[in-house]
This record gives sequence, structure tokens and C-alpha cells, in this order.
Amino acid sequence: MNRLYAARRLRNQIAMGLSLAATIFGLGWLVLILGALLWQGFSGLSVAVFTEMTPPPGAAGGLLNPIAGSLIVTVLAVLIGTPIGMLAGTYMAEYGRHDRLTMVVRFINDILLSAPSIVVGLFIYEVMVAPMGHFSGVAGAVALAVIVIPVVVRTTEDMLLLVPNPLREAATALGMPRAVVIRRVCYRAARAGMLTGVLLAVARISGETAPLLFTALNNQFWSLDLNAPMSSLPVVIFQFALSPYADWQKLAWTGALIITLTVLALSITARALAASRTEI
Amino acid sequence: MVDIALPAENAATLASSTRVRALARLRLGDIGFRVLTRTAAIAVLIILGAVILSLIQGSLPALQAFGLNFLIEERWNPVTERFGALAPIYGTLVTSVIAMLIAMPVGLLIAMFLTELCPMWLRRPIGIAIELLAGIPSIIYGIWGLFIFAPFLQQTLQPFLITVFGNIPILSSLFAGPPYGIGVLTAGLILAIMVLPFITSISRDVFDAVPPVLKEAAYGIGCTTWEVFRHVVLPYTRVGVIGGIMLGLGRALGETMAVTFVIGNAHRVSASILAPGTTISATIANEFTEAVGDLYTSSLIALGLILFVITFIVLAAARFMLLQIERRIG
Repeated sequence: MNRLYAARRLRNQIAMGLSLAATIFGLGWLVLILGALLWQGFSGLSVAVFTEMTPPPGAAGGLLNPIAGSLIVTVLAVLIGTPIGMLAGTYMAEYGRHDRLTMVVRFINDILLSAPSIVVGLFIYEVMVAPMGHFSGVAGAVALAVIVIPVVVRTTEDMLLLVPNPLREAATALGMPRAVVIRRVCYRAARAGMLTGVLLAVARISGETAPLLFTALNNQFWSLDLNAPMSSLPVVIFQFALSPYADWQKLAWTGALIITLTVLALSITARALAASRTEI
Repeated sequence: MVDIALPAENAATLASSTRVRALARLRLGDIGFRVLTRTAAIAVLIILGAVILSLIQGSLPALQAFGLNFLIEERWNPVTERFGALAPIYGTLVTSVIAMLIAMPVGLLIAMFLTELCPMWLRRPIGIAIELLAGIPSIIYGIWGLFIFAPFLQQTLQPFLITVFGNIPILSSLFAGPPYGIGVLTAGLILAIMVLPFITSISRDVFDAVPPVLKEAAYGIGCTTWEVFRHVVLPYTRVGVIGGIMLGLGRALGETMAVTFVIGNAHRVSASILAPGTTISATIANEFTEAVGDLYTSSLIALGLILFVITFIVLAAARFMLLQIERRIG
């Protein structure tokens, strides 16, 4: 009997030890990756990075045009994707909470949420770049918007579902039609959560490379023309990191650090927003 | 009396007519908003349909030229315009299998640690850290893998594997060849790190949803933590855990940038996992902008179609399973 107990206790201890080891292993990667990024990226960080254009190999330069390009494409993608996503999420949570369309859209949306982003790039290439005959910043923005939509749909729906029904009933009892209830009461109650969704979407697309490779392409020069190829930070990192030139690789690390810090700041802000929402 | 009543009557009809008009306007606004939101919801479906249609249309030339042979042909030769998808499909599957073999047990163990063992005050910070790992863009994993992880593997793990397994008959072909650093194994390991957070956070959520009564009953009859986990928590949440794993698999299959950096982009099927290979997404990312000729482009789009179909099936199965567990837990 005692032997049995000892064996069970031993097995338990082994399992618990393994789970602790697995956790340390998992978190270790985060430390290793962030450590390498800070180490390699900070040494290249300077004012020139934010004020100068991407250099030819062997010359000094910065990342001004890709940073500007990334900002423009991201803002445009959010402007296109957010309204569609919010409206769709509104339908699913408010008008069609139990109908079949909502079920189907929710299922498809969840799949789009984790669909390979490179396929989105191919799709936009087929429907925008090939007919237009050239790569363009707009095509890149639309490709990113396709990635924004599922994220916003999901959070909008979830957040509107959290709005307590008595709020809706009280507003309806005052004689407000449904559309006014949604816009004046539900949106206001779910505002923080919906903003969280937008921030998460921005975090998601600010590091996306694959959909931009053959939509926005890249541009070595300063260009704000949305109808022309546009530079973006992730694509420049991709190109520079795979190049044989040491100073390009250095810039790639710096760009990677900028993207990661942006993404981490966005997701921490989003989390803080969401937390403040649940405390109310 | 009469001259007062008349204007009063007038006023009443006037008021009711503005009231009717206001109500009509509100109703119109309501219907309009409803139609607008419904259209947006349908737009999500249209996007999916458009993705599939455009991929099919784009890959038609290649599928017409090669037929089903496209799936089993290993050659990928842009000069003679002979294209086959076998090497990328093989690479995609092998890297994903390596990733899942590592990420699955580790992810489940971390989730177990977080729900059963971890002190309360540490749960939130560790949970957040794991989710931050999920938020790091894949290109960061790529550049880290290329400059730091691959050279590290080249000097340590790969020579070790070659010397240990070099003389064992079957395993030796699995670990044959020189340690390149980059290759199928490296890509698989990076994918494992990338999907780990997804598996962990979903498993943690489903483990958390187990009714405490069940666990308390098991503890009450003297089970150890491991036994409770193995015989109560895991069976109860099986569907959800498998769903989470499939979701991670879907990510691994479609991941592009992290893999492109470290896989080596070699179109061949080789038994050794130390050799360079390629995956569907890495092939598209590397070659699409340089592809000349309709057949080349079309073959790459056909690869995209194959990838989309595979991930769609995996993700649909994952969602279906997660729906089931949601329904059970309520």
C-alpha cells in the first residue's frame, strides 16, 4: 500500500515538475526573443532612423519612407475595415442574435480570423493589382482591411453581447426605435471594448508582411502616392534582413524593434482598456 | 365654443401629422440601419466567397496544364515551365507536424500549470506574457530565427542529432546531411514557438471552464493533482483541447514570414529534416513577385488555393469542436 502511495506521489511530482519546466521553457522564448531584439535593435536606434530614407547598400540612412508608408497603409486599412466590421458585428449582436445568418457569419468570420494572410495577398493581387496593372499602396491597404474586418467583427459582437439587456429594455420603453437604442445606448456602453477591438486589429496588421508583398510591394523612395507602390516597414525588414549587407541587416533589426514595441504598446493599451471596462 | 374648438382640432391633427411623420422617419432610419448592418454581415461571407473564387480563377491555367498531377509532381522548374506542388505540400506538412509534436505537450503542460499549480497572483502575469508571445508579429520570429536561432542550432542541436542518430538505421536518414542551420527542423521549431501561445491560451480557457465540483469530488476521494488533471479535467475538456490544437495547426500550416526566413527554399522532398526544404507559403512569398509568365504565376496561385483549402478544413474542424464544448459548458 505504501509503495502505491509513493508511486502515485512520485508520478504527481514528475508531472508537476514537467509543467513547471514547460512554463519556464515557454516564457524563456519570450525573454530570448525580446532580449535579442533589444540588444540588436537599440544599438542601431538613432534620430537618423526616423528622418532619413532607406539607403542604398553601403550608405547610411534611415527608415523614414517605410515608417510613413506603414502609417498610411495602416490608417487607410483601419478606415476601410472598421466600419464594415462594426456594422457586421452590430447585426450579429443586435438584430440577428439568433438567426441563421449570424451563425454562419460567426463561423466563417472565425475562420477568416486565422486564415493564412498570404492568401489574402494573393486574393487582392487577383482582384486589384492584376486589373490595375501595377502594385499600389491602396491595394496594400485593402489587403490589410480584409484582415482587420474579422478582428473587429469578433470584438464588436462580443462586446455588444456583454451589454446588459435591461439597458436596451429601458431605452426601448422610452420609445426609442431600435437603431437609436443601438447607437445611443449600446454603442456607448460598449465603447471601450469596441475601441479595444480596433487597437487589437491595428496591432495585428502593423506586423503583417505577407499580404503586402505583392500588393503594396515596396518603394525605395519617398512617395505618398497611394496609386504607386508604397514602402512599408515589414516588407523592408524582409528585404533588408535577407540581404548580404551588414548595414541593411542592422536597419532590419532596428525596424523589427520599432514594430515589436509598437505592437506590444498597442496590445498592452488594449488590455488595460478592456480591464477598465470589466471593472465598471 | 366653436371658434375655439376648430383651431384646437386643427392643432391636434397638425400635431398628429408631425408625429406620424417623425415616426415614419424613425422607422425608415431603423430599417435603413438594419439593412446596412445586415449588408455588412453578408459582406463577410462575400469576402470568403471572393477569396475562393479568385483563387480558383487564378489557378485555372495551371490546373488545366497539369491536372491532378500538379499535386504529386516534385519538379518545380520555372525554365521549362514544369511545376508540381509535392515539395511545398510535403514541407508544409512536415514543418507543421514537428511544430505540433513540440507545441502540443508543452502547451498543455503550461495550461495545466496555469490552472492547477500556479499561485493566484502569478496567473495573470504569466497569462499576459504568453499572450504577448502570441502578439509578436511573425516577421520578428523570422529575423530572430535567421540571425540567432539557426546559427545556434547549427552549432549545437544539429551536430548532436547527427552524432547520436547517425548510426541507427532508420533515424540516420531522418538526420542525414551536414548541419546547415536553416532547414525543415529549424522552421518546425520556430513554428512550435509561434503556435505555443495559441494552444496554451485556448487550453487554459477550457480547463478553467471545468466545474469546480467535479475537481473537488476527485480531490475528495484522494486523487493527486496529476490524477485529477488526467482523469477528470482532460476527459471533460477533450473536444475543446483538440479544437485548440487544430486551431494552432491551422496557424502553423499557413504561417509565412517566420518560415520563409529559415526554411532555405529548396524545392525537393528529402527524408532528412536537417535539409533545406520549402513550404507552400514560403514558395509564394519568395517567388511571386519574380514570377514571369502566366503559367508560373498561376502555379503559385494554385499553391495558394491548396493552402487555403487545407487550412479551411482544419480551421473549420477546430471551430466546430470548440462550438461543441461551448455548448456543453453553456
